[in-house]
Amino acid sequence: MIGNLPFVVCMILVALGLWTLVAKRNLVKLVIGIGLIESGVNLFLVALGYVHQGIPPIYTYAPKDAPMVLPTPQALTLTSIVIGLATTALMLAFAVVIYRHKGTLDARKIRDLRG
Amino acid sequence: MSVHAPILAIGVALLGGFAAPLWAKLHKTLRDLWVLLVVGFVGVCVGYVAVHVFTTGIWVYVLGGRSPQETVASGGFPIRIMLTVDAMSAFMGVIAALLAVVAFPFALKYIAEEEGKTLSLTLGLLLLAGILGMAYTGDLFNFFVFLEVTSIAACALIGFRTWTSRAPEAAFKTMLLYSVSGLLFLLAVAFLYGEYGALNLAYISAQLSGTAVDRLSLALFLGALLMKAAAAPVHFWAPDAYGQAPAAKTLLLVVNTQVSLYGLWRVLFTLYGGILDAPVGWLVVSLGLLTMGVAAFMALVQTDLGRLVAYGAVSQIGYMLLGVGVGLVALSGRPDYGLVAMKGGIFHMLNDALTVGLLFLCVGAVEWAKGTRDLRELGGLGHGLPEVALCFLVASLALAGIPPLNGFASKILIYEGSFRLSPILTALAVLASILLLAVFARAFQGAFLGPRVEVKATVPWVFLVSMGVLVVGILVLGLVPGFFVEGLVTPAAEALWRGRALYLAAVLGG
Repeated sequence: MIGNLPFVVCMILVALGLWTLVAKRNLVKLVIGIGLIESGVNLFLVALGYVHQGIPPIYTYAPKDAPMVLPTPQALTLTSIVIGLATTALMLAFAVVIYRHKGTLDARKIRDLRG
Repeated sequence: MSVHAPILAIGVALLGGFAAPLWAKLHKTLRDLWVLLVVGFVGVCVGYVAVHVFTTGIWVYVLGGRSPQETVASGGFPIRIMLTVDAMSAFMGVIAALLAVVAFPFALKYIAEEEGKTLSLTLGLLLLAGILGMAYTGDLFNFFVFLEVTSIAACALIGFRTWTSRAPEAAFKTMLLYSVSGLLFLLAVAFLYGEYGALNLAYISAQLSGTAVDRLSLALFLGALLMKAAAAPVHFWAPDAYGQAPAAKTLLLVVNTQVSLYGLWRVLFTLYGGILDAPVGWLVVSLGLLTMGVAAFMALVQTDLGRLVAYGAVSQIGYMLLGVGVGLVALSGRPDYGLVAMKGGIFHMLNDALTVGLLFLCVGAVEWAKGTRDLRELGGLGHGLPEVALCFLVASLALAGIPPLNGFASKILIYEGSFRLSPILTALAVLASILLLAVFARAFQGAFLGPRVEVKATVPWVFLVSMGVLVVGILVLGLVPGFFVEGLVTPAAEALWRGRALYLAAVLGG
């Protein structure tokens, strides 16, 4: 059970992020919500690759037959972090533009596009 | 050279897009020629891949191996990234390339230099690269990366006109939905990786045993891809997005929703094809009915021509979900009507691309000539813009499924297949079509009929050529649908219907 604790923590992060998206109305907080989900998923990926008492997966320095952690999830996480950076930057840029137009970041007051 | 056609289609679109600003530094005309060259080259690659796949079967292209055919590494395990193009992928690629070839010449004229034309062309090519990547890839993580490439490019295009207050708002809303969709997809991929230690679609498909984790991933995949495909009840971003993006680029956004649907078919039929049961099919069918109904009713009350057409576009997603959903319900016994409905659903993707594409080009032309899209201010444009009026009429009738246009050809297959499952489905689908006919009759009357009004500018010939190509497509597909159904649609539908074993064998060998 204790071995599954990292996965539970990751899912709690994802759930918190989803809750933020539903409950919050400030555009920047919505972006933070996306960030929380993203961190949860990224941590989940890294945690998946852990092998008990594993060493970094670099063959040059590895002692013979030592268990290594899985390298693939780390590569995936790196890619995912870069993508996350791009989406976060883009969303924050849109939030700035919206603030310049409307003078507010409250999603309830920005309702040009309804129906 | 021709051995590398699948990766060239993606790579040239990607690098060509980033090279466009460099050409613009030299001369604007050079940049325009470059963009046309890139789009043309991508079109040729996609066409070559399609012909090859339709004549000789699945094309697996491996990246990073000693040769592009080396699918399985030593140890019998596919570790390399690969593109797996079967008939359905090739069909999707053809739709994307067709709309790109129509949209880019239109965009060259439509988007003004001071609006940031160079960057919009770059983003358009980036979006095209992402769409082709999603269609061709045989690797789940790669699919996620291309999904995010299309998300970022699409949202940047939607929020492109930052000086209006609506565009950034639509873009923010869409980006929020796209991000959640992408992250849900990644979480699903992570679950499957945790269970099977692989990312290759065919390998995971062969291993899937239907555990609780598999079903959780399926739910996440469904949520993520339906969100991105603008199915009800998460369709609300689409009308904003379609309404705000420059008209020429909306065509690519339409293909973007379709390629998400393609991803859904790929996940349902190929990845989960072995363990799927009827309730998932019923879920897709009911979401399809909900989408077409909600969108048709919402279209009724729109006063903005762009948003009205956008709701029309969303409702068509419902028909595709219905057609393929009926196939899913029938998947276990594989009776004939399942395949008929699926042919209808998949044929409708091509028809929808043409009709909705033409409608958005008409909206763009109206906005170009009159400077507004508000139906309360428009009217009488039929005198000044007879060609645009004719195109709009043809596209509206095709969208509502009036014979002998192409919308009818695919809808009749959907009706035929769904009737055998339950007549109620067909009745509801026909009702939604009638409602759409009323909506578009009102839009046509509001925009084009009435006393003569002055137009600000005449429509350039480039617009008319782009629209003419789509009109010809609509008429040809409507008058001789049999030829295309036999040649293109049936292989694509069969690839999903019975092709799972072939797909797996092409990647894993044996």
